[in-house]
Amino acid sequence: MEHIRLPKVENVRLLDRVSPRKSRVGTLYLTATHSIFVESEAGGRSETWVLHSLVSSVDKQAANASGCPLLIRCKNFQILHFSIPREQDCHDVYLSMQRLSQAECYEELYCFSYKPSIDEEERRREWAFVDLKSDYRRMGLPNSLWKLSPVNQHYKVSDTYPDELFVPESATHPILVGSSKFRSRGRFPALSYYSKENHAAICRSSQPLSGFSARCLEDEQMLEATLKSNPRSDFMYVVDTRPKLNAIANRAAGKGYENEDNYSNIKFQFMGIENIHVMRNSQQKMLEVCELRSPSMSDFLEGLESSGWLKHIKAVLDTGVFIAKAVAEGVSVLVHCSDGWDRTAQVCSVACVLLDPYYRTLKGLMVLIEKDWVSFGHKFTQRCNHLVRDSKEVSPIIDQFLECVWQLMEQFPCAFEYNERLLITVHNHIYSCQFGNFIGNNQRERKELRVHERTHSLWSYLWTNRAEFINPLYRQNHSQSQGLLRPSTAPYCFKFWRGLYNHFDCGMHPRQSVEDYLRVIREETQQLEEQLDSHKQKIAQLEQEQGWSDACAEAIFDKSPTVWVFGKNLALANTPQDYTGSFLTSSPCTPKAPGSPLILPPQDSNQTVDSNLSNSSDQESGIADLSCRSPLSEDSTRDPDSDEAAYSAA
Amino acid sequence: MEFSDHIKTANVEDVVLRQPLHPPSRGTLCITGHHLLFSEREEGSSQQVLLLLRNIDAIEKSVENLLGYPGFLSNAAHGDRMSGSSGTITIKCKDLRVLQLDIPGMEQCLNISRSIETLSCLDNVSEMYPFFYRPTDLSLQDQWGLSTPEKHYTQMKELHERWRLSSVNKSYSVCPSYPPAVIVPNCIDDETLKKVAKFRQGGRFPVLCYYHRKNGMVIMRSSQPLTGANRKRCKEDELLLQAVIEDSEKGFIIDTRSSQQVQQARMTGGGFESKSFYNCWKRLHRQMERGKALQESLIKLVEACSDESHNVDRWLSKLENSKWLSHVQTALSTAGLLAECVERDGHSALVHGYEGTDCSLLICTLAQLIMDPFCRTLEGFLALLEREWVQAGHPFQQRCAHSAYSHARFQQESPVFLLLLDCVWQLWRQFPLALGFSEALLLRLANEVYASDYGTFLCNNDQDRCALGVKDRTHCLFRALLRPAERDYYSNPLYEPTELAIWPSVHPQSLQLWRGFFLRWTQLAHHLEAVQEEIRSMVIEWARVAQR
Repeated sequence: MEHIRLPKVENVRLLDRVSPRKSRVGTLYLTATHSIFVESEAGGRSETWVLHSLVSSVDKQAANASGCPLLIRCKNFQILHFSIPREQDCHDVYLSMQRLSQAECYEELYCFSYKPSIDEEERRREWAFVDLKSDYRRMGLPNSLWKLSPVNQHYKVSDTYPDELFVPESATHPILVGSSKFRSRGRFPALSYYSKENHAAICRSSQPLSGFSARCLEDEQMLEATLKSNPRSDFMYVVDTRPKLNAIANRAAGKGYENEDNYSNIKFQFMGIENIHVMRNSQQKMLEVCELRSPSMSDFLEGLESSGWLKHIKAVLDTGVFIAKAVAEGVSVLVHCSDGWDRTAQVCSVACVLLDPYYRTLKGLMVLIEKDWVSFGHKFTQRCNHLVRDSKEVSPIIDQFLECVWQLMEQFPCAFEYNERLLITVHNHIYSCQFGNFIGNNQRERKELRVHERTHSLWSYLWTNRAEFINPLYRQNHSQSQGLLRPSTAPYCFKFWRGLYNHFDCGMHPRQSVEDYLRVIREETQQLEEQLDSHKQKIAQLEQEQGWSDACAEAIFDKSPTVWVFGKNLALANTPQDYTGSFLTSSPCTPKAPGSPLILPPQDSNQTVDSNLSNSSDQESGIADLSCRSPLSEDSTRDPDSDEAAYSAA
Repeated sequence: MEFSDHIKTANVEDVVLRQPLHPPSRGTLCITGHHLLFSEREEGSSQQVLLLLRNIDAIEKSVENLLGYPGFLSNAAHGDRMSGSSGTITIKCKDLRVLQLDIPGMEQCLNISRSIETLSCLDNVSEMYPFFYRPTDLSLQDQWGLSTPEKHYTQMKELHERWRLSSVNKSYSVCPSYPPAVIVPNCIDDETLKKVAKFRQGGRFPVLCYYHRKNGMVIMRSSQPLTGANRKRCKEDELLLQAVIEDSEKGFIIDTRSSQQVQQARMTGGGFESKSFYNCWKRLHRQMERGKALQESLIKLVEACSDESHNVDRWLSKLENSKWLSHVQTALSTAGLLAECVERDGHSALVHGYEGTDCSLLICTLAQLIMDPFCRTLEGFLALLEREWVQAGHPFQQRCAHSAYSHARFQQESPVFLLLLDCVWQLWRQFPLALGFSEALLLRLANEVYASDYGTFLCNNDQDRCALGVKDRTHCLFRALLRPAERDYYSNPLYEPTELAIWPSVHPQSLQLWRGFFLRWTQLAHHLEAVQEEIRSMVIEWARVAQR
């Protein structure tokens, strides 16, 4: 609270990014966790909530006639453009928000103050919801080939690894310890995925400390043991996800990659995924393109190309496909990059999604993120900039994983139980720090912070609200949902993810949602079928008791009210209020009163933000776009006849 | 018939067909006057491929004289025939499919390719397949087309007070590319129209194309006025336009050319409506690409789509360089502007460019889809196409003679109609519940416009069609598409009519490559088709349960 210099500013304008002529006037409130803009228009009363931990930058621009502009960029790609009448107020808001949005220590993070009305017992149950051991059991582990190793208990061998890991049955304690000493940060090869059907496995590690010529017998034995745990195969792949040049450069620092001559029966492969710095810059460039006010088609496509973003996404997916194919063909793969917590996490989890239909279910995706990202020590604190640390360590590595899944969903719309909304919500909460899941860099840190004792888990929150996150097109027995996904990685398959990067630009999204429509239909079909069953039972009963005729029974069916209610609700989909509702806001059949309560409990803040945005824009946004692009002003000057006025002004 | 003169080899056996999404298959190839027929000869399979020769855009052949067949066919049984020579024909279709035929025997291969080359480009309209197509469930006695200008006028009761049906063009003498009957202001007589026609390129004087019931405003379309370098004027033309708007009102002229182009047009006898003579009309200029530039754009895009080996950067750069999506953006935003004039601001509008047979039709059609709920139904959309493209004289024969693969560079080809279908697809993507028809219909139309069993897209205008007896001797596609089975298939299962205008977003982020068309023969499109089937079956299931 001591960081709030000014709790309230009146007559603040919130400008519409796409058409700045449209703006809303209201009051800006600063609280410890959120900044809240409340529109003062009599009818509207809409609110816009900004969670401070989601703010990535606050910029104050030079004051102009209409006020002092304040630009707030969020980690979920929302951009808010305020204009504050008094320069001093703006400065105060600027300083307050800058401080509030940059947590200096873990204790300041939102998850430690986020207290929804959930009792302690329930809260503890939340953390038991996703259990990695049961996922390994699902894979059929432990078995005669793979064992649970206690070698990393108390994080003795690798402080960034979890304390329980699966290793080859024949890997003895000395082998594990020896191998870990030959790997960066002690991250020895450990199991990430095991295929029950053909015994092939995906293992992951960090780079070997091979330098120009160093060898390690235990590490070589470790790989042999891994190969031995796949009895049907006589070789294994070692996939180095880095570009060859980067790997070679690492040799000078005593690190590097496996020499095929020293390890028996390995096939070594470089993959060419760029490092965190390249990825950070690439996303930055792409976001600049997304921010352009009214780009031409060429501006947009050229910008997208020069950002290189989709090229990087393809590189990650290509590698995932390579690994998944190898495993599907019965060959085990060891994957590493440098430290084994960025690119390695990406490609292992992408391969898992391709290989195992389970990871394409809602629960499965949670388990997968918990396994390959949380437990194996992806550095969320640095990569997501949760705390003020070195800005060079920030990188959208997990964004790229989520995007790979989205790209796959676009190719196989019936193969995933979850929908785009889930990916976007997960993305939002990876950065929001509202839940404890992504706090800290590894299991050891999370234990020290007592995260499981003091915070809530995202997974059970999502599970509770799963109705919103289910893809109505998903059918378990659909041909797309079976076995290995074989995506095309032709360049034209990679699309710009408007739903995430322009999520808050409502005017850009489809105005009607097929998904919401189908969800209603699916629920309705289920309901009707249940109703029908119960009617049938009733009839059977009645017939037994009183010998009622069939004619009577039909009369009962005709009264079924749901069909009528349903039909009426659907008509709402086309009313102006719902036009821009796009797919993230209230669907036509789950009527949420627009802008009802003034202040909502924080746990609802995300929905609030969404529904407010939908209220803010209306049917006319599309029109305004058409006219503001008008080249008229130029043309009319050249025309001697000069009889046109800018249509937009008319 | 002299088709047989062009066919030296009618049948070849042991031909291998390679087509996208299928394994290679071996069978018999047969060439007829209008078709290429391939029947598989594999055990237990009777797959057939029937291809309209008209659908073939380009053909490439390579003949190998020395070696035997490739491994696939190297069985001794075939090895010795024709001393081991063979040839491969690559057929590139107007529907963007690419087929390959491995034909044993060099001479046969050359014969086949020569026949295809000749028969696929016959330019005598009355020899084309629609004149021979006789399906059992359609009769030539049926009415051709969905409506006529006369019927259309009769149905539009609201029009009758201020508008009349003129048959000044009865014998196509006033405007060769207009239908015999057109709708014009009541107070303008036929003599005036004749004078106006002389003042407009190709005689395309302003006629009514759309009446907006909500506010009584109209969209007119025409060709450019022939003002020329010395700013000629035509009192009758001014009178006609004045009659469109009531005294004090204002109208908008949407010119599909830039103001620079308009000035240049004067040098070649064309021009624009000058403010001083048309003081109630405001001109708005939106430069739209057409003709050759559009054709080049399509060729570049198809070329980019057909190479999977590019990296992402190169793909995006080629996509950008093709400019196709820019044309989609311009068309939709110009149509949006037109609809905005009429629906939101309550003004009448006149649309024209040069000839008024391409871009003008494109944006008038899109604007009607945006504003008019009836045009968004399956029947309404087909009727709209009939009115605005077939009757209004879009020169299909010239524009769609060849597509993206052809080596022949004619002057007149231009995929304006394809651009329309793409824009409609974008509308459907943004408003998936608002259109009564499905993507499948748009794909079907994209095929039919280039190669068809039906006569609908033959010829350049109504006059030609009458001269050749198209309406008596061919079947009408639009009627065929409304037969019960077809109607079912081409309906949008999610359709929920809305009275509101559907304003498209024209942000680059909102517009997408039409994968269903441009990447149609890839695995990707295959998956997406499965989704549409899934949606349909979900809705059917729901309807079935709900009805019980």
